[in-house]
Amino acid sequence: MAEDYRQMWTDLGLDLPTHDALLDAVSQMYGDVYLSQKNRPKGMEYFDFVISEVHGLRIKELVDAKKEGKKVIGSFCVFVPEEIILALDCISVGLCAGAEFAFEEAEKLIPRNTCDLIKSAFGFKLAKVCPYLEASDLVVGENTCDGKKKSYEQMSTIMDNLYVMDIPQMKSDSGKSLLKEEYKKFILTLEKLTGKKVTPENLKKGIETVNNKRKAMNRIYSLRNANPAPISGLDALLMNQVFFYDNPVRFTDSVNKIADELEGRIKEKNGVSPENSARILVAGCPMALPNWKVPHIIENSNAVIVGEELCTGERGHHILTGENGSTVDDLVNNIVDRYFQIHCAVFTPNPDRLKRIKEMYKEYNAEGVVDYNLQFCQPYQVEGGIVESELEKAGIPVLRISTDYSSEDQGQIQTRLEAFIERIKG
Amino acid sequence: MISAGIDIGSRTIKLVTIKENEIVTSEVRPNSYNTIEICREMLTGVAYDSITSTGYGRHLFSRHFECDVISEIKAFTLGAYHMVPDCKTILDIGGQDTKAIAVDNDGKISKFEMNDKCAAGTGKFLEIMSNALEFTMEEFISAASGAEHAEKINSMCTVFAESEVISLIGRGALRDEVSLGIHNAIVKRSVSMLKRVSIRDNVVFVGGVANNACVRKLIEKEIGTTLFVPENPQTIGALGCALHQMKAGIPN
Repeated sequence: MAEDYRQMWTDLGLDLPTHDALLDAVSQMYGDVYLSQKNRPKGMEYFDFVISEVHGLRIKELVDAKKEGKKVIGSFCVFVPEEIILALDCISVGLCAGAEFAFEEAEKLIPRNTCDLIKSAFGFKLAKVCPYLEASDLVVGENTCDGKKKSYEQMSTIMDNLYVMDIPQMKSDSGKSLLKEEYKKFILTLEKLTGKKVTPENLKKGIETVNNKRKAMNRIYSLRNANPAPISGLDALLMNQVFFYDNPVRFTDSVNKIADELEGRIKEKNGVSPENSARILVAGCPMALPNWKVPHIIENSNAVIVGEELCTGERGHHILTGENGSTVDDLVNNIVDRYFQIHCAVFTPNPDRLKRIKEMYKEYNAEGVVDYNLQFCQPYQVEGGIVESELEKAGIPVLRISTDYSSEDQGQIQTRLEAFIERIKG
Repeated sequence: MISAGIDIGSRTIKLVTIKENEIVTSEVRPNSYNTIEICREMLTGVAYDSITSTGYGRHLFSRHFECDVISEIKAFTLGAYHMVPDCKTILDIGGQDTKAIAVDNDGKISKFEMNDKCAAGTGKFLEIMSNALEFTMEEFISAASGAEHAEKINSMCTVFAESEVISLIGRGALRDEVSLGIHNAIVKRSVSMLKRVSIRDNVVFVGGVANNACVRKLIEKEIGTTLFVPENPQTIGALGCALHQMKAGIPN
């Protein structure tokens, strides 16, 4: 990354030597995991560029926008409605982190047996290496799992711009009302922050922009049932990860171009892996940038990932928000309807997630499901047991992988995956 | 045609050659830092047409020799099914991994479980514990077999279990009873893994730890069925590789 960002990083309060170390590590990993892939769609060059400038050009855009008076809203969860953020002309950025960084520091504030997704967020804050976090005017936490909601109490001791949103735990009428109340409160908070008002017009525009981004991703997903697979799971995951950071309109265009390209590839039967590769659906915990560990192992074991039932996957964009409505209240109801359908494992019971995994298995012509979960993530780990037994009962092979951000278990994971693929392929 | 199979484990390397389903040669050597050199020495003078590798060094081997590569789970399934044709469940306890495999009626993997990254409940665990008690492996097994009562070992982590053993001894516990406690711990873990894949007769026990008479006896008692332990149980993975190669039918 170019040297001329150093002043910007210093101004944001980053710790430059540590930040350099992080960028070097990510760039090395990106080379090993991404650039080593064969026959990638040409359109992925856009994402190579985005990653090469992930803490550079995109941050400069944020800083420039802030100079014009725009606000940057950071969040950790797909329950935070981007439609509302865009309606008030703010910029939405994802803050989840996927690397083992400054865990010793983080463990001074939260227990060792906290999942790595949470630990990583603390590590990035304490080591001062995340320009997105430092550029955020408001950081939105949300009460999903116990790990997160209690950690936000600690997080508020190290940052002064944290706002916590409550999230229901049951898909009941009262749960839905709670979500609506929380979204209304979120509107008021953002209105106060920006000095602007949500109107039917700007909210409609926000919904449209986010829906377009989702539709582009859904186009990619609708093409992934083809054999041979026209795009790798790693590349699809990268698009999902960048989904949370990028300028939404530019992102949408880039993804649509890749979808056009994939349509051509499918006609030519031009795939990224041989036709007999094992087709894997991944389900479970989110994989935040740069967490590419398990997909990398899968796709180096004669298998290809054809779908992701993850927050960094279909769960993030499958459902669209209704665009009809003449008042803010109508549109907020549409937003609530949309988000209330997210099958996150914090809900109890959560039968629709299981149903959706079964549907995806069929839609993407998958041959096996890898249930991926992070150690100490109670919701997905407990639900993983139900997912495994129900899918196996339905004749769907399942491999459960419980792991973390370290690399020491790669050998064991590889052995288990290879055996799983041998099982699928008989 | 002579097919060879090599199983490069964390503790030992196993090489088996077969001709028309009959074992021609079988060798086990300790593994060390120079894995490929040891493999080369083992292969010197051994006649074979093609070879398949498995074990944690399988991909390393494939970078130096022309070969097929299969996972240990498939290798042990092929080998165990060959030795005990109506086998339905396999337990493999090796140097650093434990695996339980359910086999369908055609001899294929239908489900499997394997330990995560730590060495809890593996051959290495037993080795460290016998060292902590200053026993040779033979003494350790016979001490455990002869004990009437068992001390309870609560920790399954190799590191914590070692300090637990040392503090038990410090409190005056009998070495034999501690030995049995350690055996019980590994059995408990293996049986729960077996239960997760479901236990159906016949159950075949393979891997280096299958040579341990005390572990065998305790597992049988726990699951209430007889274990089939093939001759040279630690070589079953290498045998499975050779069988895979023969099935593949073409020299590589």
